[in-house]
Amino acid sequence: MLNAAQEVQKTGEVSAEPAPGFDRGSIPVLSLRNIHKAFGDNVVLRGIDLDVSLHEVVCLIGASGSGKSTLMRSINLLEQIDDGQIFLDGDDISDPRIDADKVRARIGVVFQHYNLFPHMSVLDNVTLASRKVLHIDRNTAEDKGRVMLRRIGIDDKADCFPDQLSGGQAQRVAIARALVTNPKLLLLDEITSALDPQLVGEVLDLVAELKREGTTIVMATHEMTFARHIADTVVYLESGRIAEAGPPQQVFETPVYEGTKRFLSRVLDWVS
Amino acid sequence: MPSSFSDETQLSNIERERRRYRRRQTQGSVLVSLASTLVFAGLVALVLSRSPGWERVRQTFFSSHYFGLSFLPVLRGIANNVKILAFATVGVAILGTLIAAIRTTRSAVLFPLRALAAVYTDFMRGVPIMVLLFIVGFGVPGLGLTKGRISEILLGTIVITMAYSAYVAEVLRAGIQSVHPSQRAAARSLGLSYNQTLRLVILPQAIRRVIPPLMNDFVSMQKDVGLVSVLGVVDAVRAAQIETAHSFNFTSYVVAALLFVALSWPFIWLTDAYARRRRQREESAGVV
Ligand SMILES: Nc1ncnc2c1ncn2[C@@H]1O[C@H](COP(=O)(O)OP(=O)(O)OP(=O)(O)O)[C@@H](O)[C@H]1O
Ligand SMILES: [Mg+2]
Repeated sequence: MLNAAQEVQKTGEVSAEPAPGFDRGSIPVLSLRNIHKAFGDNVVLRGIDLDVSLHEVVCLIGASGSGKSTLMRSINLLEQIDDGQIFLDGDDISDPRIDADKVRARIGVVFQHYNLFPHMSVLDNVTLASRKVLHIDRNTAEDKGRVMLRRIGIDDKADCFPDQLSGGQAQRVAIARALVTNPKLLLLDEITSALDPQLVGEVLDLVAELKREGTTIVMATHEMTFARHIADTVVYLESGRIAEAGPPQQVFETPVYEGTKRFLSRVLDWVS
Repeated sequence: MPSSFSDETQLSNIERERRRYRRRQTQGSVLVSLASTLVFAGLVALVLSRSPGWERVRQTFFSSHYFGLSFLPVLRGIANNVKILAFATVGVAILGTLIAAIRTTRSAVLFPLRALAAVYTDFMRGVPIMVLLFIVGFGVPGLGLTKGRISEILLGTIVITMAYSAYVAEVLRAGIQSVHPSQRAAARSLGLSYNQTLRLVILPQAIRRVIPPLMNDFVSMQKDVGLVSVLGVVDAVRAAQIETAHSFNFTSYVVAALLFVALSWPFIWLTDAYARRRRQREESAGVV
């Protein structure tokens, strides 16, 4: 369902089209080339290269401060990178001549602390981007929004305000809000780490369903069990570099890099 | 489990005892505040009526004859206050928001504008409104830029707008800065532009938070509109002055005072009602 809508959006897009005969299907949804980023003297990203293909789910793991959030914020152009290139569907979005607002509309983001807009109802939160960025009229946008809320199982809360929701419900609304514009790519930054253990499940179930529907996802997470189940690729970040990457079985069971082993033994011990 | 918490017969003894205790406490507080109010009012009345000059003061300030005589002229005067107030409010809302928006930008390109806005707010808040009225009210017409005479009402409106947009800009700026940066990040991530984010996400939250101080500024602006009488505008204060000059009786000032209070009453009431509603909404989250 989601993918049909994505196709529609793709044809309606105004961004630069590739040369005729060029097959969009074969290029990655997201390509990171040699990404560098520093905050003052603190060098956070030291040359990240990563390809994310259509329908792929990539889980970023790594110690606190290893740069997971910074990488996601850079992909979404909330941070300006210091070197390297970011390609979204083949378009170089690190080019300063590109319209950053249009790029952000093609990427859905969910943050750790939901960041719902407290002065808007749940439905208004979900439909805001449709109405103001895609310029869809209110009725159509609300119909779409209600469909989305039904999918995440909280259509009865459409007229509530965010402070009347539980943490799990708020986070699911945040996901719905990010999805309603049919983004090419969904970035999830530790979306369960602010939740009570029993609420984590309901949010992760939703992510698993998104994967089944073919959404392309990059997520930072501390939920190793979940990463192992859902990820197509697990990427271990250490001091601003990709220290190890591969399918979950490989990274979790037979890691080659010493740092990965140490990190995993630390977090897995801590979990059990 | 009681079927209803308002039907006391269904409640546990402990809860019934708690409710009795709370009721007794409430009754006690009401009695104390009632008694203290009565004692205070009695004291004031006693001091006033015992003072030797009370009879003369009563005749000069609270004469019913002069009250009736000056009521209409002063009322006509306050119509001018309302006119200035209405236009100045619109002006302040636009200019104040603009300055606050400029002062909260971050980009290096806008530094000169930001500095200008900072100087403006500091200057306007430092200069007494009376002085500003003299400078603009007599200086601008002196420039001779227009053929005809510039109306004093227009000049007064401009001065009030200039002074109060600085105050309001600072209040709004504080409100904008109190909205957590993650709200901006969330809005921009959806693809909203800088301006859309400010207009749809940041300002609505900021304004809600600063409504009480904004209302305060509004009521105080309403009073300061009275100062435009120095430009020769026949506002309520000037009208009262004219009446006094005829009758040597100061009751007209009391009329003006009452009319000013009456004018601000709806807004004070509105502010309180808003604060009450917010408190109730917040209190529904707990008892503390
Ligand atoms: N806006 C900023 N200004 C300065 N330094 C920053 C900023 N954001 C992040 N950093 C620094 O960048 C480094 C990486 O932070 P980041 O938030 O990307 O880590 P993370 O991997 O997401 O960690 P966590 O698992 O705790 O979320 C940290 O050292 C942090 O102090
Ligand atoms: Mg992080």
